[in-house]
Amino acid sequence: MAKLIFEMSKPGRAAYSLPPCDDAAEVCDGLIPGRFRRKKDAELPEVSETDVIRHFTELSRMNHGVDNGFYPLGSCTMKYNPKINEDIAALDGFKTVHPYQDDETAQGCIQVLYEMDRMLSEITGMDRFSLQPAAGAHGELTGLMIIRAYHANRGDTGRTKIIVPDSAHGTNPASAAMAGFEIVEVKSDERGGVDIEALKTAVGPDTAGLMLTNPNTLGLFDENIKAIADIVHDAGGLLYYDGANANAIIGICRPGDMGFDVVHLNLHKTFSTPHGGGGPGSGPVGVKKELEPFLPVPLAEFDGKQYRLVYDRPLSIGRVRSFCGNFGVILRAYAYIRTMGPDGLRKVAENAVLNANYLMHRLRDHFDLPYDRTCKHEFVLSYGRHKETGVRTLDIAKRLLDFGFHPPTVYFPLIVSEALMIEPTETESLETLNLFADTLIGIAEEAEKDPEKVKTAPHKTYTTRLDEVKAARNPVLVHADMRQSRPTAEQTD
Amino acid sequence: MYRYIPNTREDQEKMLSAIGAGSIDELFSDIPEDIRLDRELELPASMSEPELVSHMRAVASKNINAADHPCFLGAGAYDHLIPSVVGHVISRSEFYTSYTPYQPEISQGMLQAIFEYQTMICRLTGMDVSNASMYDGATALAEAALMAVRTTGRDRVLVSRGVHPQYREVLKTYAANAGIEVAEIGMSGGMTDMDGLRAMLSGQNDMPSGSKADGGAAKGAGTAAVIMQSPNFFGVIEDMEAATALAHEYDVLSVACVDPISLAIIQPPGEYGADIAAGDGQPLGNPLNYGGPHFGFLAAKQKLVRKMPGRIVGQTTDNEGRRGFVLTLQAREQHIRREKAVSNICSNQALNALAATVYLSVMGKQGLKQVAELCLSKSHYAYSKLLETGKFEKVNDAPFFREFAVRAADEPVETINKRLLDRGIIGGLALERYYPEMKNCWLVAVTEKRTRQEIDAFVEAAAGGGKQNG
Repeated sequence: MAKLIFEMSKPGRAAYSLPPCDDAAEVCDGLIPGRFRRKKDAELPEVSETDVIRHFTELSRMNHGVDNGFYPLGSCTMKYNPKINEDIAALDGFKTVHPYQDDETAQGCIQVLYEMDRMLSEITGMDRFSLQPAAGAHGELTGLMIIRAYHANRGDTGRTKIIVPDSAHGTNPASAAMAGFEIVEVKSDERGGVDIEALKTAVGPDTAGLMLTNPNTLGLFDENIKAIADIVHDAGGLLYYDGANANAIIGICRPGDMGFDVVHLNLHKTFSTPHGGGGPGSGPVGVKKELEPFLPVPLAEFDGKQYRLVYDRPLSIGRVRSFCGNFGVILRAYAYIRTMGPDGLRKVAENAVLNANYLMHRLRDHFDLPYDRTCKHEFVLSYGRHKETGVRTLDIAKRLLDFGFHPPTVYFPLIVSEALMIEPTETESLETLNLFADTLIGIAEEAEKDPEKVKTAPHKTYTTRLDEVKAARNPVLVHADMRQSRPTAEQTD
Repeated sequence: MYRYIPNTREDQEKMLSAIGAGSIDELFSDIPEDIRLDRELELPASMSEPELVSHMRAVASKNINAADHPCFLGAGAYDHLIPSVVGHVISRSEFYTSYTPYQPEISQGMLQAIFEYQTMICRLTGMDVSNASMYDGATALAEAALMAVRTTGRDRVLVSRGVHPQYREVLKTYAANAGIEVAEIGMSGGMTDMDGLRAMLSGQNDMPSGSKADGGAAKGAGTAAVIMQSPNFFGVIEDMEAATALAHEYDVLSVACVDPISLAIIQPPGEYGADIAAGDGQPLGNPLNYGGPHFGFLAAKQKLVRKMPGRIVGQTTDNEGRRGFVLTLQAREQHIRREKAVSNICSNQALNALAATVYLSVMGKQGLKQVAELCLSKSHYAYSKLLETGKFEKVNDAPFFREFAVRAADEPVETINKRLLDRGIIGGLALERYYPEMKNCWLVAVTEKRTRQEIDAFVEAAAGGGKQNG
């Protein structure tokens, strides 16, 4: 158990080094009225630089990243994060540019934004991209606002509903609700795709659009995509592409050619930027020509000589974030696309799909495979066959931790019971896939011979299984330091 | 050969033969022919690492940057010192190559760091609870407004015109889609007009139709929240205590948008009783990055915790009774509640929040106060020197922190900025673009990083003197 940084604190210790006081730094008394002054110091830690480094190094060793080992977390595309892209993002010429600098002094940054817009448009078959959204869900929200603005601009105000398949990511319905839509859920058919008949019933004059991930969260390509697009378009709705699974199709096919009107991409998935322990991400939104006027401001433009940010877009939904989005993330993804080139990007999809199908083949006899089809970048297994041992998918996942693997996504999608959603990505070798398959098969066998060992896993990690119920029942969300008199906490509801 | 793809031709053949497929193309046969791309993507050809580096260096060199040019531009993004330690810690790839900590047993490092972050944010703001971060200050403030609407069941928010213009734009975008009315409170002498606020709250002004009856005044005319920023966009320290008291008088929530560095010495939201505190955390150890990634912070009173968006980390114990940390109160979130979630946010800005945690550990209780005092004194030094030149006029007499507005008396602000740039200095923001009534006003930020020499050169050049850089 690591100490908290607060528990290492000792008055008189310091890790900072500030510029010397010069004449400009005169005494501050009286510069602001006393009543605006803070009454009681913020109890921040007082530690030395060695303390800081040792503490956070210790914490880092209690964390598993892609650099530590295989991370087949389905729908998250945990591919290798190229180091050169980190070096590029750290160049002073990018890292220390102020977002309010005049366009003339930020030509390099705007060039990156402009060229990303062009490149992502080509990759997806769309016409124009906004790079402002800061994450996938933020891109969804932005895309849905654009759909709303499009209908409203046509005077078509009765379109209040967004259709979402039952296999969709939770962010889809949540984003639609946040954009002010009602959600209509449509079920999946026995092949894992959108149920066409159910969709026909669901669409109508109140349909604003359909959100779809293709390949979907089962890792399956919806072969009926053209029919789906026709049904939605014929009803006057628009098609929204959730790009979470774009790693399966880059260079192979494009959402724009499938009939999608709006797409978002996750640069922190498909385009190799690191997830940072939960962000920063970047969720650019691309649209077809008819929807271009509604994109957030500003957009990057180039007149052949100068790059500039353009704000004068009267039909725009407005801003969804300050400045131009997570520029540093966009920059890393730009470097990745320039590294891979068109051929390399296609090889990404080919090898991601090959790896997933190979791993599915290795595991299919040891787990249930609810949808027995060629998969794309990921596949979903179910661990539902050994009910008598009481071992559940969660236990299998926890046991994987003992072998240095991050587990797959579990219990998702919701339409598969005891689901294990496995996405190997193209950056993993055959040897790694085999080792993982052997380990998982070994655990499945162990679950029958020695179920207790699996049910009490993990055994080799920094902590054993953690009590999540206790955490939620009695929330302890900040460290209560005895030296700090805390405000009286009111009861939680 | 692509160095990020380890499969050899031989590996591929082995795998295909195991699967029973004849070719990789066969794996894509479920994609209808007519939507398959029958050509290569039209993108620039692949680059080797050295080619990429020289290309990116060339692009970067087209930017003027604050590492080589003293920067007096602020307006929501600040050129503060970033201790070397911060970059070293967040470059630990166990942190930056991990995903959201869904598997707590192998994510204790990030989870504990977020718990420490939440604690530091609460201690800085004086609030009870904090989430794990938001995208930026603007979206944090918009989510704070949505929180207030959810909590009160009312659908109008009042926002001061002193709040960052981009934050207000984002707020309006979010509000328009959620059916929330946003009304702006005017300014007076660089500060939010308290009489105007009272009038709006009492329903005498800007009255929504049909709410004139009894309940209107008592409930602040259907208002969910009063949103103010301090220091505001002009660097002015607002009377947040009075504003909060006024909001509470009308049973309306008080949302404070605050700057984290200033909180070391300026009254925090917890001391004046704000219900929600939000802001941009970039000043805490995060580079300018042309506007991102930065991060937003969001903190609240305990009673609002279940209305908070985003990840929250809680302390618990493992099977052996040892302290550990997990993502908690997840019944608020999209992956559990789908359309009934309090927000759609999933990925946030965890690594930027980690940078802030390291920064605050380095600066600590004493260092952060010194940073704030240096910003305060150096900005006042620059202010008085600018006024002394006679080329600049006061815009108001309000107290300020780190940043101030002045009016250029003789020439357009753009001309001044151009002259500064010729002397290798990044000047301030022309305010007229965002506040048309502030003709020829200039917003200048002075952080602890600016030296006496830099400030003097800045003032001299701003007033028309100094010499051009060779």
